[in-house]
Amino acid sequence: MMHEENFAYFDEGAKKEIRRATLKAVAIPGYQVPFASREVPIGRGWGTGGLQLTLSLIGKGDVLKVIDQGADESVNAVSIKKFVQKTTNVSCTEETSEATLIQSRHRIPETPLTKEQIIVLQVPKPEPLRDIEKSERKTKALHAEEEYSGAWLKLFEQIMMHGSMTTDADHPVLVNGRYVMAPSPIPRFDNEKMNQSEALILLGAGREKKIYAVPPYTEVESLAFDDYTFRVEDFSGKSCHLCGSTNTFLDELIEEETKKPYYQCNDTSYCISLLNEQEQIDTIAEKKKVLKHV
Amino acid sequence: MAYVAVKGGTEAIEASLHQLQVEKLSSEHMMEVETIMATMQPLVDQVMSESSLYNRYLAALAIKQAGGSMEEAVFLLRAHRSTMPRLYTSMIVETENMFVERRISASFKDIIGGQVLGATPDYAHRLIDFSLANDSIETNREKIAQFAASIEKAEEIDEIVHFPKVVETLRAEGLFPKYEKNNEDPHDITKETVTFPIDRSARLQMLTRGMTSAVTALGYASLRGYGAVHPTVGELRYGQVPIHIQTKQGESDEDAHYIGEIPITEVESFVPISIEGEDGEEDLEFEIGYGACFGRNETKTIAMSILDQCLEHPDRPFPTHDEEFVLLHIDAVESTGFISHLKLPHYVTFQSKLDAVRNVKKERSTNDA
Repeated sequence: MMHEENFAYFDEGAKKEIRRATLKAVAIPGYQVPFASREVPIGRGWGTGGLQLTLSLIGKGDVLKVIDQGADESVNAVSIKKFVQKTTNVSCTEETSEATLIQSRHRIPETPLTKEQIIVLQVPKPEPLRDIEKSERKTKALHAEEEYSGAWLKLFEQIMMHGSMTTDADHPVLVNGRYVMAPSPIPRFDNEKMNQSEALILLGAGREKKIYAVPPYTEVESLAFDDYTFRVEDFSGKSCHLCGSTNTFLDELIEEETKKPYYQCNDTSYCISLLNEQEQIDTIAEKKKVLKHV
Repeated sequence: MAYVAVKGGTEAIEASLHQLQVEKLSSEHMMEVETIMATMQPLVDQVMSESSLYNRYLAALAIKQAGGSMEEAVFLLRAHRSTMPRLYTSMIVETENMFVERRISASFKDIIGGQVLGATPDYAHRLIDFSLANDSIETNREKIAQFAASIEKAEEIDEIVHFPKVVETLRAEGLFPKYEKNNEDPHDITKETVTFPIDRSARLQMLTRGMTSAVTALGYASLRGYGAVHPTVGELRYGQVPIHIQTKQGESDEDAHYIGEIPITEVESFVPISIEGEDGEEDLEFEIGYGACFGRNETKTIAMSILDQCLEHPDRPFPTHDEEFVLLHIDAVESTGFISHLKLPHYVTFQSKLDAVRNVKKERSTNDA
């Protein structure tokens, strides 16, 4: 019993269905378009929404980059990349600027994206109002009626209880002045990158069966109050121990011997490209090893 | 370097997959796909049912590949299903035409056509049969020969007789409301978006491919106390149903092609409900809860019939009556996938959380000072 494989895994009917939902999502920025969501050979909750978008979009000329929490070499990023490459034979890259299609879990690269690029974000929970209202039917109505007082009240309550907004990743945003949207669990640090982005941002939630989008040059505003403004993660006074960057999202690591924290760019590809610019190849070999693996 | 664990993904994955293979292969035992098909029918049926793909060979192959893990086998078959074009929709299956192998009613002792117990483990004592440790195909053949010798030959009849549905007897008596048949094309949940509230065809599809254990657990919850739907199994039947397809649009029913038969379990549960009669008095009537699953899976099918009836009454204040609660959480691939995704690195999100907690603590200490 042999089995013939399709280009980009799915049969063409499945790809078409995903593309139709994607087009609708682009036409209504921030609106969650339901789609049938097929199973893929990686776990539901492991990036299947992103993978379905990638498979439906990818063409033979594309250059693919996949990152997981900032790293190209992270196990799940490698697994997804291997799968797409196996079924399409497209070339892959770790260099952000070389990629035409970037699938990412929970980070937007530090290198600014261009209008030639599409970034696909993996989404675990697409509904920003789910904490407030458990029923899908009701949240759909809340969006339709632009009834977002629950989203605001939640932030207000955090301020009342803790003195500040206590959201971590996935801080809700208002897209094009209309839809409140979950930006996926990117750190607050990355929310700004969505605003007026040159690249098309697509968000896919496979298990929850939703596709939504931020088209290029769209207004994206993080929810906040005039007197309690939106704050990104604070890395003031800290810098990457490898490339010295002070303007990137940093991973906090613990020095084994001294038990003291030190910091390193979370976006490994960005860090490597900075190192390449800064120093001679031979002196940075050791540092790059840290970023890749030993 | 402490950070190594996150990076070096390519080599780590390859090594892990190798190790998995080695562990699998080094037992020096092997299970043939044919053996799985022939000896593990309930397992094969369950995998096909939860995958919503009817193919005994592929299901057995998936079980072999998954090393018997239900979760993995269903996942494999579901993923495979995504690559298959959908060419036809079968014609409506009339289960009155089932070639019944087993058929029971818990509502009536005497049903037209009679009860047919068929082959069931229901009344077997669940004692471990130690003789199985030493059985062989030869001894099995001897046993079969003994059984055959002890059975009287049944008279052969030329005509095919189908068993009527139990519910029809009650309908004739006016105890069940009559409904128009809904022969609209069903909503295909694998091709079309599911939005709530959903219609019954989509709901039944989601239930029938739900995880056997999850559907059973929720059905049990309803039966036990959360809604306390206590149905009577009006009829449970198991047998083969013929499948026909039409290859051209507007083809007449007679020109449809027979493509084979599949075994299904079907349950119609009777549930008494009170309704307000014309005179304003409370009146009692019966409703049907419906369940149907690929292959032999009676517990799941009965539980499905309970949940079907529950979901017809969304106004009741129990989670088992809430279609989003029931239907969005019983899918094998979705629930196992999201639970297992917790094993993925969450370094960025956790860093962001740390920052939020530190902020609150800082705010506190400045306010206190």
